[in-house]
Amino acid sequence: MAPTRFFLRPVFALVAGLAIVSAGPAQADTTLLNVSYDVARELYKDINPAFAAHWQRTAGEKVTINQSHGGSSKQIQSVVAGLEADVVTMNQAADIEVLVKNGLASADWRKAFPHGAAPYSSATIFLVRKGNPKGIKDWNDLARAGLGVVVPNPKTSGNGRYTYLAAWGYALSKGGNEAAARDFVAKLFANVPVFDGGGRGATTTFTQRGIGDVLVTFENEAVLIDQEVGGDKFDVVYPSISIDASAPVAIVNKVVDKRGSRKAATAYLNFLYSPEGQEIIAKHNFRPRDPAVLKKHASRFPAIKTFTVEEKFGSWDAVQKTHFSDGGIYDQIVVKR
Amino acid sequence: MASSSNRVLPGFGLSLGYTLVYLSLIVLIPLAAVFIKASSLSLEQFWAVVTAPSVVASYKLSFGASLLAAAINSVFGLMLAWALVRYSFPGKRLVDALVDLPFALPTAVAGIALTALYAPNGWMGKFLEPLGIKVAFTPLGVLVALIFIGLPFVVRTVQPILEDLDTEYEEAAVSLGANRWQAFRHVVFPTLLPALMTGFAMAFARAVGEYGSVIFIAGNIPMVSEITPLMIITKLEQYDYAGATAIAVVMLVFSFLLLLLINGLQAWTAKRTGRAR
Repeated sequence: MAPTRFFLRPVFALVAGLAIVSAGPAQADTTLLNVSYDVARELYKDINPAFAAHWQRTAGEKVTINQSHGGSSKQIQSVVAGLEADVVTMNQAADIEVLVKNGLASADWRKAFPHGAAPYSSATIFLVRKGNPKGIKDWNDLARAGLGVVVPNPKTSGNGRYTYLAAWGYALSKGGNEAAARDFVAKLFANVPVFDGGGRGATTTFTQRGIGDVLVTFENEAVLIDQEVGGDKFDVVYPSISIDASAPVAIVNKVVDKRGSRKAATAYLNFLYSPEGQEIIAKHNFRPRDPAVLKKHASRFPAIKTFTVEEKFGSWDAVQKTHFSDGGIYDQIVVKR
Repeated sequence: MASSSNRVLPGFGLSLGYTLVYLSLIVLIPLAAVFIKASSLSLEQFWAVVTAPSVVASYKLSFGASLLAAAINSVFGLMLAWALVRYSFPGKRLVDALVDLPFALPTAVAGIALTALYAPNGWMGKFLEPLGIKVAFTPLGVLVALIFIGLPFVVRTVQPILEDLDTEYEEAAVSLGANRWQAFRHVVFPTLLPALMTGFAMAFARAVGEYGSVIFIAGNIPMVSEITPLMIITKLEQYDYAGATAIAVVMLVFSFLLLLLINGLQAWTAKRTGRAR
């Protein structure tokens, strides 16, 4: 699947681009293209018609929103290569920074929308086998010898990267220094029996193949599995502390200026912050930012202490350099395991 | 040009021209782009990328498993082709069609199916696990996937040669006093060898570049079961185009040398058995 998709993407980009160019100026209807990551597919399927109705009501204009979903870095690569996305909705700030570097988005994109331009967040939590036979309660349990911990590859997935950083942050929060954190994370990753390319792959490995004792993944994914596969097979476990996985959004300046779609694009992203948008977000198990909406669904989103990447690690750029670049700490840890 | 003038059908210039233009467009220009992208790295950077421990481990797995898979396919592919050509049995056409399935099946589907079969809770894995044999998420799983995708290449290259090979030759050999093994060893096998080597080379080349089917069953454990194409994808995921193409260049050069060697061997055996073109 992956290679074909990868090589077809430029073709899709071209076709989508042509479709938009030809449809753009001819008619009054606005179209927007939202380029997004893989697991946001279901969320935006609900958001888009709600926004279209909202835009019809408030601006009296018809708007059609096209969606494109895929692995986040592949998606960003297509945008850089010319896929005409009006907005991007990702799950890691690092991906949007790539657009900034290529002059497609503005450097202060975080200030363009509330909450650091992240309308919702998730946290990294655990899914264990029913009854929690291995008694997994917190991060330190994952480093126990002989345990199978299913985590997607941090090199290829944002999900895996958040898990790695959450574990590192946990070790620091327990008063450990960098060396202790490194030791802890190394032990945890030595317990990983299979590295899947992305979060959904890891889910399949854990739920369908029966590999491992615990799946470490985003809250929305864990809760979804628990709901869909049935509560009689798995239990959700919240660790004492986790990472705040904010899902950032941005406007692609170059595209909206060319297509004259800035107004609709801005309204679209702002809609995500509206009570209606936040309600849909909560429905899909992402943590809403609106305190009222969050309170309403408090039973589904247990309070959890979180830290942000910026608080513990400075910036995504620094994280990338120190931890995930070639020969970085992650490489050193896995080569030695 | 002298050799072209005495042909019945004209068109040497035109067909050579097409050949060169077509090859350039389809093969050479994309490959040149890979080399140009990789050349944005300095020599030390290039060397550091392509000799990183996990990358070196991936070459060993990719090339080792591909060669082994191609060798296994050569043996069993020959048997399959033999059975399909020499004997008639009920359901022969069905078996013949089945051989092509690995060509047609999207590789990811193959990968997921194999993983589901060989995972510890799968149909096959369930029985292998108690014996201490782990297939899914180990290098053995990689080998299984590569054997699966490479099989049709050997069967389909050997089959037509075998069909052309009249049984009269074996009969003549036996009537001249050869035993069955000698008839196979000295009469049939040398005729098939060039085709078998072509099949081997194609199965090998396909296996080296294979990603979709392997990635699900490999487990992708650094230093153990990461294939080289995964290392390339990993770099691309991190926007490291130059690093990705550097590894691709090494793979291309390796593969090209190995294929050149196999083609050379093939030409040599063809000459020896008097089938030189």
